[in-house]
This record gives sequence, C-alpha cells and structure tokens, in this order.
Amino acid sequence: MSTENNDTKNNEPKNSEVDQYSGVETTGHEWDGIKELNNPMPRWWVYTLIVCCIWAFAYQIYYPSWPLINSYYEGMGGKTQREVVKAELEMIAEDRSVFADKIQTTDLATINSDPNLTEYALAGGKAAFGDNCAPCHGTGAAGFIGYPNLNDDVWIWGGSLDEIHYTINYGIRGVHEDTRINDMPAFLRDELLSRQEIDDLTTYVQSLSDSSIQSTPAVHEMFIDNCASCHGEDGKGLREFGSPDLTDAISLYVTDRDSIVDIISYSRGGVMPTWNGRLDEATIKSLAIYVHTLGGGE
Amino acid sequence: MTFQNNPPTVSKLAQSLVIACMGIGIIFAILVAAKTTSGAMQFHAFIFMTALTTGIIAIINLSGRIEDEAPVKSPSGVFYNNNIIKYGVIASAFWGIVGFLVGDILAWQLAFPVLNFDLPWTNFGRLRPLHTSAVVFAFGGNVLIATSFYVVQRTGKARLAGEIAPWFVFWGYQLFIVLAATGYLLGVTQAKEYAEPEWYVDIWLTIVWVTYLLVFIGTLWRRREPHIYVANWFYLAFIVTVALLHLVNNATIPVSFVEPKSYTIFAGVQDALTQWWYAHNAVGFFLTAGFLGIMYYFVPKRAERPVYSYRLSIVHFWSIIFLYIWAGPHHLHYTALPDWAQTLGMTFSIMLWMPSWGGMINGLMTLSGAWDKLRTDPVLKMLVVSVAFYGMSTFEGPLMSIKAVNGLSHYTDWTVGHVHSGALGWVAYVSFGALYCLTPWLWNRKGLYSLKLVNIHFWVSTVGILLYICAMWVSGIMQGLMWRAYTDLGFLEYSFVETVAAMQPYFIIRAVGGLLFIIGGLVMCYNLWRTILGHSADEKAPENIDNAIAAQALGE
Repeated sequence: MSTENNDTKNNEPKNSEVDQYSGVETTGHEWDGIKELNNPMPRWWVYTLIVCCIWAFAYQIYYPSWPLINSYYEGMGGKTQREVVKAELEMIAEDRSVFADKIQTTDLATINSDPNLTEYALAGGKAAFGDNCAPCHGTGAAGFIGYPNLNDDVWIWGGSLDEIHYTINYGIRGVHEDTRINDMPAFLRDELLSRQEIDDLTTYVQSLSDSSIQSTPAVHEMFIDNCASCHGEDGKGLREFGSPDLTDAISLYVTDRDSIVDIISYSRGGVMPTWNGRLDEATIKSLAIYVHTLGGGE
Repeated sequence: MTFQNNPPTVSKLAQSLVIACMGIGIIFAILVAAKTTSGAMQFHAFIFMTALTTGIIAIINLSGRIEDEAPVKSPSGVFYNNNIIKYGVIASAFWGIVGFLVGDILAWQLAFPVLNFDLPWTNFGRLRPLHTSAVVFAFGGNVLIATSFYVVQRTGKARLAGEIAPWFVFWGYQLFIVLAATGYLLGVTQAKEYAEPEWYVDIWLTIVWVTYLLVFIGTLWRRREPHIYVANWFYLAFIVTVALLHLVNNATIPVSFVEPKSYTIFAGVQDALTQWWYAHNAVGFFLTAGFLGIMYYFVPKRAERPVYSYRLSIVHFWSIIFLYIWAGPHHLHYTALPDWAQTLGMTFSIMLWMPSWGGMINGLMTLSGAWDKLRTDPVLKMLVVSVAFYGMSTFEGPLMSIKAVNGLSHYTDWTVGHVHSGALGWVAYVSFGALYCLTPWLWNRKGLYSLKLVNIHFWVSTVGILLYICAMWVSGIMQGLMWRAYTDLGFLEYSFVETVAAMQPYFIIRAVGGLLFIIGGLVMCYNLWRTILGHSADEKAPENIDNAIAAQALGE
C-alpha cells in the first residue's frame, strides 16, 4: 500500500544491510530507527506449532467438534461429557449403595446400634452437613444469632433421633405440609399489649434467668395470660409447640433487654428448609445420626 | 498533502460541527435528567452535561492555529502531536495507581471480609468490577491510546490525523471511565464480566472508539513510509477487534431510554458463550495484541537493536489473529455449553501456544547483542521481564484450557493467579517500561530523574508479583484438590467453607504482594513527576540517556 506523498517508489528499495553483531541481513525497512533482521523462524517453533495443530485436529476427529447446519460432528470416539458424568455418578452411587440401601431401609434406632452403619452414616452426615447445613449452623455446628447451636443440650423442637430426623426432613416453617411451625404473636404490632406492658414483661422474662432482676406478681399474671399457653407457666417452654425455654439464659437471638423488647413487640421466626425432596432419605437419616452425636443427642 | 510540513491548523467548519453535535448531546442529557426515575442515571446525565459543556468551551477557545507550546518541527520535518501523549502518560499513571489500590483493598477484603464496612458502595461485588475496569480499561486503555498515538506518528512520519478528534478520543475515554466507575459504585451494571457498563455508557464508548479507529487509520493513511510497521498491525487489530467485541457482547435492549437497566438479546448458554467470546478476546486483543504493539516499538527502541525476525512477526501476527478468536469456549468447560464448542475452544487454545510465543521470541531475541544493557538499564530490564512473564502466562493459558487440567483449575485461585501473572508481569511491566521511555522523550529531558528508583520499583514490584502468583498457585491447586477429595467411604472430604478457611493465609500473602506492587507504582509516579519537573538525581548531568545509564552503572 502506498500513499500519494511517498518519498520512495512503490517497488521496494534495496537498502538492506548486514547487521554487524549477528551477521544477518536486515529487510531494508526502517521506521524511526527501528530495523528488522531477516532471520528465519526458529525451527523448533515451527515444528511445535505443527505438532500442536496435528494434535488439535486429531482431538477434533475423536471428540464432538465441528458444528453442522442442524447438528454437529459427533466424533469417532462417541463420547459426550453428559455420558461421562452419568457414568461417574453411577459408579459412585454403586460404591455407596451397599450401605446407602441399608440405611434407607433400616430404622434410625437400628442404624444407631450397628457400628458399621453408624460409621457410614456419620461420614455421610458430616459431608452432607458441610455442604448443606454449615452455611447457617456453622462448620462446627455452633450456630449463629438466629441459627441454633447443635452442640449443646438445649433443643427447641426436641433432641431425640426421631425428633431431629423430623426437623431435618420437614424443616421449620418450610414448604412441606408437615413442616414444624409456630407463630408467636407480635404483641405490639398486633396491639395486644401496650409498650409499658411489654416493658414490664421484658423485666419478667429477664428475671426468669437472672435472679438479680425482680419482677412483680401483677406482671406474672400478665405472663400467665399471654405467654404461658406456649412457654408454660414456669416459662420452661414446650417442645410440642417449639416454644423455647425462657429460664436457661440461652437464646436463639441476642439476650439484651432491647432485643427481648423487640421479639415480644414484633415476634421472630426463622426458617429451616424442608430437606425432604432435596436430599435423599439415606442422607437425611445420616444427617440425623450425625447431628445427634454432636453433643446434645437425647 | 503538504500540510504536514506546516504547523497544524483546525478548521472553523470542524469546530462548528463538533460543537453542534455536543450541543445535541447536552439536550439529550437534560431530557434524561428530567425524565429518569433513577438517581444514578440522573447523576450520570449531570456528569455528561458538565463534560460536554467543558468540551464546547475548550473547542471554542481553540484558535485557528494549534499552538500547544509552539509545535516543534521534528528533525524529520513533521509536527508531531506530542501534547496529547503527555496527557495520556499522566492519565495512565493516575489510573494505574487507582486500579492497583482498589485491587489491593479487595485482596484485604477477601482475607478479612469485615473490611467491606457493610456498606453497599464498598462491598466486594461493586468494587471488583471497579478494580478490573480500572486496571484493564482505565490504566491499560490509556497506555494503549497514548502509546499507539505515539508509535503510529513516529513509525509513519506523520502527524496524528485530526486536531479535535484525538482530544475527543482522550477526553471521551476518560468520561467513559468516570461513568463506568461511578456506575459500578452506585450499583448500575449489566452483570457481564469486563462489560459491566450499561447500555448508555456502551453507546458513548462506541462513539469514542470509532473516532479512535478513524484517527488511527487516518494517521496510517498519511504515513510517509512505504510499509506499515509491525507494532501498528497489532494496534490496528486491537482497535478493530475490540470494536467488534464491544458491539456484539453489549447488544442489549434498554427497558426505557431514560432508565439505566437493559436486557441482553442473547439467552442462556448463548449469552454465556457470547460473553466469554468477548471476555477471552478482550484478553487476546486488548491485553495481548495491543501490548505486543507496545513491545514491538519500545523493546527494539530501548535496546537499540533490530527486531529479530520479520518473518516470525508476520506469521505469529496472523496466526494469533486467526486462532485467538476461537478460544473463548474454554472458559465454559463442563457447563451447559455443547461438547463440540468446548472441543473447539480447547483445541484452538492449544494451537495458540506457539503463535503467542512468537511474540516472546521476537521480543527476547531482539536483545541478542544487547544483553549487557540489562545490567545497566533497569527500564530495559523491566521490558524484558515483561516479555518473560508474557511467555509464562501464554504457556499457562493453553495448559489450563485442557479439559483435564481445567477440571482442577477452574473456579479456583489458580485462574486468579494466572490472570495476574499476565496482568502484573506482562501488561503492567511493559506499560511501565513504555512510560519510563516516553516521559523523558516527550518532555525533552536528558533522562529519567533516577534510574536507581526504577531499579527499586523493579525489585519491589517483582517480589510483589512473585508473592502474588505463588500464593495463588498454592491456594488454587489446594482448593481444587480439596474440592475433589473423597473419603474412603465415598464422601466428599471437605465442605466448601472448609476450603475457604484453608485459603486465608494465601489471601494474606497475596494482599501483601499487591501492596508491594502499589508501592512500586508510587515510586514510578514520583520518578516520572520529578523527570517532568526536569530534576535529575544523578550527580553529573548526563548528555543523553545512554550516558545516564553509563553514569548510573559507574555509581553502583
């Protein structure tokens, strides 16, 4: 390509020279003092490029590669990624099936008394816990604010194998019709109690677990009227309603005064997913066994 | 075309036309600001109005004759447009520091998430695109625009085409950066990696980019050399391909012309493939081809040696251009992308290995006969090490595109380490080398303020890069192995959170490496600034850059 104002003619000027250091000719071009040597391409470079191309084409012949109008070239190897994954998953399922099938069909108590099955269930439960439960309950199952600690003896919905299994299976406020559910009234929002009453009630709730705080018999009456039907007259909670024990100074949420006021005023209620349908029965049973061993199993 | 030998002038007609177009832009911006329900878009409309108004005032103030510090006629008889490149050098250094800084903040956030301060504007999701766009488009883009404007003029012996157009490209590009960056912080994004800006910012960039293309081609057209120098092939390939990538991947339909949100016209896996075709070629043509253009000018220039092989440059140029564009699907191995597309992505990546290395060979072999200069010239050392990093990451890339390797490396920190060995080692180092060369040339200084500081920059940053990529290799491979570890009973050994916890020490090492890299960058800025001021740390005022290097050598 040339431009009107070329100083040189279109046919290339022969002003190539020999580079003193390398003894190689230059191409005769020069731009802003930059010249080019007329070296050949390195042999090894050319050969490696050719080998890469040959390998690439061989791979393309063996595997699905080029698109066609309505389909694609399927490759001589007849392999697809989908089938490879399917085969691998089947292999894993087969490896696991010896124990998994047994766990599937055996009841929890029996599994728990068979050391081999227990060992398998604990391994499976730990793996499933890490991927499904740890995001809320923590890797060590110590819980977070709003997510219960599974290592202690305190249970809201019960800590026996069957109760734990039920909770995992159906969840809490989950999507299954048998899910565990309760609904604490929002005493302020629903205008059941006044701010002053809630304040008094908070003092009462604090006095249940802290002997240095004193409440009055009148407030006790208010507690009996409004709270005892779920939390019990002694405030120790009732598992069939999933109402927590208020006397043990352990709370799902923060236990300072403002937080208690907040809970009574507006209510709280977390959600645990229904795992039935998301995990298979063997995994859910394994999880129940695993959680049961964490510390507080009953 | 005799005008090239006369001082450049600007025509009244061009001035009036550009002012008219900008006036229309301002009216659009006023309409948008009045009608939109989005605070972010209103804010952007105000920025846009301010920028265009400033632009109109600047153009009105242009006299008929361009008098930027009385244009100096170069020895070859050409009035080069140097002023715009000075602006480019300063903008590059500025955005570089911004980009590195945000990157390191993110590195510390990954190690200690509390550092996001629980604010929407400073959370990882918004700062991450700010970092990537700042380093790739703001820093890298400014370096590319500045060096391409320099190189195309010198190797073509022609003044940059247009008097207003190059300035429109420069300032229009800065406006794009500001709109994109503030948009991310305010949560305006189309959620496509490296193409996050929404539709209206995309349209603005298209206008700027097409002007850039025209300026570049116009300058090539005016050249007074029979051939086009290889650096310019790479620059041209970069400009053309980036335009194509930008247009296709940003094909979206806005929900309204006064709202920032838009929806891409592609769906599902087709959208994913378009996105990775775009992103991979942003690496290929923005970060590889463009910077190879820099390498092809500055390495032979600094080493004062001829380019090693003309034939190699032709063959590796065309093979890169042909092969790179196919490699994008290797970002989508083992996904819903059909097998055949994955195969093509992987095999073309393997074939790309040697074409990429062609650039490294040509860069390194150009030094034969000048290797001794590495002992005395830290700028050349930086350029050469950049080429070495280029070679390393273009070997690692094809390796990681192999499906069996990708099965281990994908989604891990190994990818992050790979990107940064290319970004810090190659892209940033070759840019630093170019900035160190350009500053004394453009401001007519005898040499840099201090070559010792260049050396300090080199070593501090190199240690930083090595800490970074080694930490990411270890943490990435560890992460990949932990993900696939099974117990004897056939269960996954580690949960995801456990793998994250295991990476924290490496996150800290990475963040320290990044900090060193920023310190190096700040040392460079100080050095460049003192050079611009005309200071010299060398006792004897050297006659020219070579003497400066010699004097430095004696001093050490």
